[in-house]
Amino acid sequence: MDTRNKIKSDNRKHPRYGMVVDLDRCKGCGSCSIACAVENNQQPATPDMNNRTGVTWMRLYKVHNGEPFPDSRAVFVPMFCQQCDDTPCLYVCPQNAVELDPMTGIVAQIPERCFGCRYCMAACPYEARYFNWWDPVWPEGMEKTLNPDVSPRMRGVVEKCNFCHGRWQKARAKAAAEGRRELREDEYVPACVESCPMGALTFGNLDDPDSKVSKLVKDPDTFKILGQFGTKPKVYYRTTRSWVRRAVNRDVYSEKKEKVHG
Amino acid sequence: MDKQLIVRGVTRMEFKRFITYLIPWFILLGIGLYAMYLVFRYGLNHTNMDNRFAFGLWIYFDLAIIALGAGAFFTGLLLYVFKRHEFKSVINSAVVIGFICYSGAIAALVVDVGQPLRAWFTLYRPNAHSMLAEVTFCLTLYLFVLAVEYVPIVLKNRKLKQIPSFLVFEFKLHTFMPILAGIGALLSFFHQGSLGGMFGVLNGQPFAFRETVFVFPSTFFLFVLSAIAAGPSFVLLTTWIVSKISGKRVVTKNVFMSLGKISGILLIVYVLFKSIDSLIWLNKTSPAVGFSAADHYGFAPFGIWILSVEIIVLGLIPGLILISKKLRAKTPWLLTGAVLACAGVALNRFVTTIQTLSLPTLPFADFLTYVPTWEEVAIFLMVIAYGVIVYSFSFRYLPLFPQERELNRR
Repeated sequence: MDTRNKIKSDNRKHPRYGMVVDLDRCKGCGSCSIACAVENNQQPATPDMNNRTGVTWMRLYKVHNGEPFPDSRAVFVPMFCQQCDDTPCLYVCPQNAVELDPMTGIVAQIPERCFGCRYCMAACPYEARYFNWWDPVWPEGMEKTLNPDVSPRMRGVVEKCNFCHGRWQKARAKAAAEGRRELREDEYVPACVESCPMGALTFGNLDDPDSKVSKLVKDPDTFKILGQFGTKPKVYYRTTRSWVRRAVNRDVYSEKKEKVHG
Repeated sequence: MDKQLIVRGVTRMEFKRFITYLIPWFILLGIGLYAMYLVFRYGLNHTNMDNRFAFGLWIYFDLAIIALGAGAFFTGLLLYVFKRHEFKSVINSAVVIGFICYSGAIAALVVDVGQPLRAWFTLYRPNAHSMLAEVTFCLTLYLFVLAVEYVPIVLKNRKLKQIPSFLVFEFKLHTFMPILAGIGALLSFFHQGSLGGMFGVLNGQPFAFRETVFVFPSTFFLFVLSAIAAGPSFVLLTTWIVSKISGKRVVTKNVFMSLGKISGILLIVYVLFKSIDSLIWLNKTSPAVGFSAADHYGFAPFGIWILSVEIIVLGLIPGLILISKKLRAKTPWLLTGAVLACAGVALNRFVTTIQTLSLPTLPFADFLTYVPTWEEVAIFLMVIAYGVIVYSFSFRYLPLFPQERELNRR
């Protein structure tokens, strides 16, 4: 019996982790990006890299409303792996290097299996996958800051956000030591959520009706980016401003173009 | 020694002249090998691909030469399974071209992946849902089939033929040819199709995503159809080029005509299905996810002209030229038709790979451009140089065209 069937047959209710990004609260400070890079041992940028070849699991886009001054407005959109339930990258990977964890709903990337064909990157509509174009090099002394719970990736493989899976494993081990099988809501939180000074990121179990995140998902101002593709992302965005919603989400019936800068 | 290796009854240029002609190709091969070393040693940062432009010149080149190399399996199918005996005169050449195209494509793929030493994982633990896994399986197996088909041609060499056991082995291999042609056709059908399916299944890329026909996206069938339409044209063109360079008649005119006719008929069928597919995609599939034609063709230089050129100029027109008996009887028209047909399939593969990745999917992402680095171009040229060198040696020492001796007898 494979893991998936074993989990299905044990009749336990497993969490399905997701996140809501409040675009009205995000000020674009970038602390989520930094926390993510440090937590997950992302290779530091070098002068040879640019914004299209570096590794930034959590990437901030600055989107303008296209109006001239004084009506000019901008919004920051944190973009990272949307942890799709109907995962386009998983179906295309020839080597099973992408897995949807039935215990958490997290889409995992297994760098040891990846041979760097980059087909998953072409499949991802969110541009949330990153390839290691260079050998990772940490400047002298900086290697001491490496997180021992996360393996650094080698050159030539793809990587992406995994909701700080190392933290989940650590929290699970702690709960098991205390004789618990379930995690408390505050016990497992990704680094970006923890670091956001504006409280723009809310994380939790989408299947728990009492969780903060599941309540936010039901809010009419919450939406999925490119939800019409049917990939069933577990990351939601929220805004009360109509221009922001139009600019960051392609409404099936609205073709209004906004001037934007990624 | 050289003269003793040349096929009996045919003449070839002086050995010194032959080597002089190959020198530029060897130089290109050398530069390409150096570029390959740089990529293997220092990584894919020597290319201009990036996190969104994850595929570049090499993947485009792979798709294009695999489509053009379809002439090998299709000619084999026509000869051994459908008993079209006029193609016996080009089958050896078609097999060599197929072998070059497929082995060249695999060489480019090996450089293109980040960790080539792990490529065997796909064969050992494949993801059955992945189109790329199917492509890998079929390409590997079909290259093996092509190698087995190439062996009897090598064993027909004048010197090797003198070894009795080789002669027996060659004869035995020949008895398997219809089976190999059948297996080759099946494998080719699936990998040509899966290469199209690779992009047709991408539900996150509305420019590439297509409706499902049976269990495959429509591009699966369109890729097979376009490959078997362009394949015979490519065999025709290469045969004509060989004939011009060597200054000899290598096949009779009716072989050219038959290749052109088959290409023309298939091209017309392809254009019909491609047009239906494009209409369904532009009016149903793509608008359903909020993408109109303007979203796909609103970015210069990829305007709607590219679709018109693909379907009309490089599809319908060569199709009409090649099915017209009167036109294809005239060599300039026949060649024009074949060149346009090959250019059409090459443009289709370009649009599928490069245009798909350059178009933004996120509403706030930009249209991207990509220019390959010298290393990417050098490896692309290296594969072409490898093809020219292997074909030149094969033409010099192996009986690629059985009619040549008869046609050039004084």
